[in-house]
Amino acid sequence: MSDTILDIRNFSMIFGGLHAVNCVNIHIDKCEIVALIGPNGAGKTTLFNCITGLYTPTEGDITVYNSNKKTVRINGLNPNKITELGLARTFQNIRLFNSMTALENVMIGCHTRLKAGILGAILRDGKTRAEEQGVIDTSMGILKKLKLERYANETASNLPYGPQRLLEIARAMATEPQLLLLDEPAAGMNLAETKRLDYIISKIRDEEQITILLIEHDMNLVMSIAERIYVLDYGELIAEGTPAEIKANPAVIKAYLGE
Amino acid sequence: MKASFFKTLRTTLLNALWMMLITFPIMVIKVKPRESLVSWRWMNLLWVGIGTFSLSWIWRYLLSRRDKGSKLNAGRGREVLGLLWGKKKIRAVLLAALTLLVIWFPWIVNLYQVGIITSGLMFVILGLGLNIVIGYGGLLHLGYAAFYAMGAYNYALMYLYWGMQFWLALPLGAVSGALFGILIGFPVLRLRGDYLAIVTLAFGEIMRLLLLNLSDFTKGAEGIAQIPRAAFIRALSLQEATNYLFYICAVLVAFSIFIIRRLENSRIGRALEAMREDEIAAQSMGINLTRNKLITFALGAFWAGLAGVILAAKTTYINPGSFTLLESVMILVAVVLGGMGSIPGVILGALLVTLIPEYFRALSDYRMLMFGVVLVIMPIFRPRGIIPKLRKHYTVKEVDCSS
Amino acid sequence: MEYFLQLVLAGLTKGSIYALIALGYTMVYGVFKLINFAHGEIYMIGAFTALIVGGALQITTDLAPSMIFLISLVAAIFFSAAHGATMERIAYRPLRQAPRLTALISAIGMSLILQNYVRLAQTSDFLPFHSMIPDIPWLTPGVSPITTTQLTIVVTTVVVMISLTLFIKFTKMGKAMRAAAQDRIMAQLVGIDMNRVATYTFVIGSVTAAIGGVLIANHMGQINFYIGFLAGIKAFVAAVLGGIGSIPGAVLGSFVLGMAESFGAGYISSAYEDAFAFIILIIVLIFKPSGLLGRNEVEKV
Ligand SMILES: Nc1ncnc2c1ncn2[C@@H]1O[C@H](COP(=O)(O)OP(=O)(O)O)[C@@H](O)[C@H]1O
Ligand SMILES: [Mg+2]
Repeated sequence: MSDTILDIRNFSMIFGGLHAVNCVNIHIDKCEIVALIGPNGAGKTTLFNCITGLYTPTEGDITVYNSNKKTVRINGLNPNKITELGLARTFQNIRLFNSMTALENVMIGCHTRLKAGILGAILRDGKTRAEEQGVIDTSMGILKKLKLERYANETASNLPYGPQRLLEIARAMATEPQLLLLDEPAAGMNLAETKRLDYIISKIRDEEQITILLIEHDMNLVMSIAERIYVLDYGELIAEGTPAEIKANPAVIKAYLGE
Repeated sequence: MKASFFKTLRTTLLNALWMMLITFPIMVIKVKPRESLVSWRWMNLLWVGIGTFSLSWIWRYLLSRRDKGSKLNAGRGREVLGLLWGKKKIRAVLLAALTLLVIWFPWIVNLYQVGIITSGLMFVILGLGLNIVIGYGGLLHLGYAAFYAMGAYNYALMYLYWGMQFWLALPLGAVSGALFGILIGFPVLRLRGDYLAIVTLAFGEIMRLLLLNLSDFTKGAEGIAQIPRAAFIRALSLQEATNYLFYICAVLVAFSIFIIRRLENSRIGRALEAMREDEIAAQSMGINLTRNKLITFALGAFWAGLAGVILAAKTTYINPGSFTLLESVMILVAVVLGGMGSIPGVILGALLVTLIPEYFRALSDYRMLMFGVVLVIMPIFRPRGIIPKLRKHYTVKEVDCSS
Repeated sequence: MEYFLQLVLAGLTKGSIYALIALGYTMVYGVFKLINFAHGEIYMIGAFTALIVGGALQITTDLAPSMIFLISLVAAIFFSAAHGATMERIAYRPLRQAPRLTALISAIGMSLILQNYVRLAQTSDFLPFHSMIPDIPWLTPGVSPITTTQLTIVVTTVVVMISLTLFIKFTKMGKAMRAAAQDRIMAQLVGIDMNRVATYTFVIGSVTAAIGGVLIANHMGQINFYIGFLAGIKAFVAAVLGGIGSIPGAVLGSFVLGMAESFGAGYISSAYEDAFAFIILIIVLIFKPSGLLGRNEVEKV
């Protein structure tokens, strides 16, 4: 089952004179868990920002293969269009909707999969009401899956740090993605929380068939769940392979430990 | 404890001295260049000193209180009110009482009072409209008076040229306001928050200059007079027309609250709020910013257009002077004071802003000063307004997710 | 030709005044990303202080006019700077961590407060302002195209620009300001005291605005409490046009705007003189929000 879901070719991103990412090729297959690692400033988040449409890549092609085998080149598309195509992400520096409750945060994620417009909202006809109830149920279901239900009516900014990171994942899942991009999901989590995250990520993939691309610095987590790993250093792709291969790769060791 | 008291005393005294020093020329000296006279108002210096000294204490106390409780909660009182309001029976009784009061009101007070309250209600409509733009959409709109002008001039001009009736002008004014909102919305879509504020201000000023200078069409600074009041079957006497407009305003306020509440708790309302909270995250959650910003502008302008038509019918005379930046700022004050995004808050804010200067005439000279103080104080000490928005809590049936 | 020359001179004069105000906008925005809406009011307070102090001295003493001019200029500078620094302390410092729009709302409030403080303590009428700048003998009015005041305005502006550029480039505080403009958090981490930077930024901006206020009052011959609003907005437009955050940009933008207004009013329509600035603002922000000299930045996510 090597259906490609995301294909990135000859991709570069330049800010002014800074080559943040330089001629990178990455492909991700359906139902894989792939990790993207590398020192700080390597260009990992920049790559995510380009994939999700927040930046327009300087060069290269980013292609998404839809569930119904439709091929879409997504360079320069608006982020909301890309989300509609089935890509969702979390942010390295948490960007929740802070004054809304946890449940409302997840409900926002459902936005693209709903239809109600202004008229529906005002008339509140049967269809709209059913849809609204559906949103609440789905969102609550997602919160439960991530064991966040006790925070449902809590304001997002009042949540502890770990649950905030999980809430970002919950919100992304509400968009019903095929590919989930996680930017340092374990950052700031304690050991127990990281363990749970490990379990949750595998569960999301196994139960929902959601492909996962994650950026992470916690090597235990990466080595335990990733099936393939890409290593980025100063914007260059310096290695690709299974966890075992990456561990043994001299270029990677050099990048991480210096000369 | 004692040491900190003397430290505070020292700083507050220094603050007072400093303020006395810096306001000295403007507060104390008054020059009459034409008569070659200089008067020295030493008492003012004293007042500045005493005022700063006492305010400085209060300020420090409030700041320390603010820094202690930093969690985002609406506050105890607000939650109790929300709970009471949530009880169906209590709500029904309150609503019935309110309706009766509104119906009775014109019969128990004089014409003048009815006029004042009508202005207040009109301002509530404006506040609710601006609240959609600022409170929900998070777009600081400083040219809101332009939409208001759109409604008013729509009625006035269509009456002038085609003899348009109030009841036809009302929906037309609202719709043309909304269209104008979309028109202005397009160019400003991509702008960041603070730039958007200034550009909308620019649009508002351009609108005013156009109204002022296209005098062949709009009658310029002279304005348009003798706009008819709302008629009901036949032309009404002044007393009747005033009462009638009061009822119309009351119904429109109820209508606005109904619609806006429904919008607020819908997919669109949530999208607007997400956009206010974080545009980047909202986009990444699949929210189309362009579309939602246009919706925000259109909805906001719709209510301004409505209020504009009412203004024209109420005063029977309009000129560009009614639609200055100060007007926009006053509506902003109502929203900031009451609580951005909070419907009861904005209603209270709008009523306070219009009624206090009316009922305390002695204060009316200080009106703009007080508005300024509100805009400075509220963001620091009560950023979510007098009556903060209460977040909706959802009770959820048990969902089976063992699948 | 003479008309044309007149318009150029008028444009230069306006541009100089805008530049003196725009500097404060651009510096505050550069460091704090705040549109200091009340900045125009500081300029107005400068003009008023000069009128009050100068007027009081003219009436009660018999100092030489040039002496009176100097004293009132110094007074205007001192009191404007004090108002600027105090305003930052009261209204903006408690909001430094707050969302940017919150601070902007507070700034609008500050602007109303300052306007009405002057209106209530002084007057809402226009006050005549007798020019205190002593005439330069070889600039005979009616013969030479440029008046003494105009020349003073342009020369002062150039001197202020040069000193400010040197300050920003070479002093320790100037460097701290540039660092803070680049990355506020980083600057704090390396030990830059943001409160001090704030005070300096507001004081410097207020000083240049006060100089502008005094000069324009001498030039126009009358002032009231509301002159700061339009001047402030236009100076802001100039700062945006040049690229907000950039000091040379503010100067360039000011002169471009001054010329545009002068020629627009002279050749197109004077009724819409004030609209040109707004139209320019809208066009610039829509098509090139980074301005003439600003850098194009992508917001970091
Ligand atoms: N919007 C931007 N403008 C300019 N430079 C940027 C921008 N975003 C990222 N960079 C630069 O690109 C490089 C890569 O950053 P990033 O992708 O965040 O690294 P990582 O996530 O791997 O730690 C860094 O040097 C960063 O400063
Ligand atoms: Mg990163």
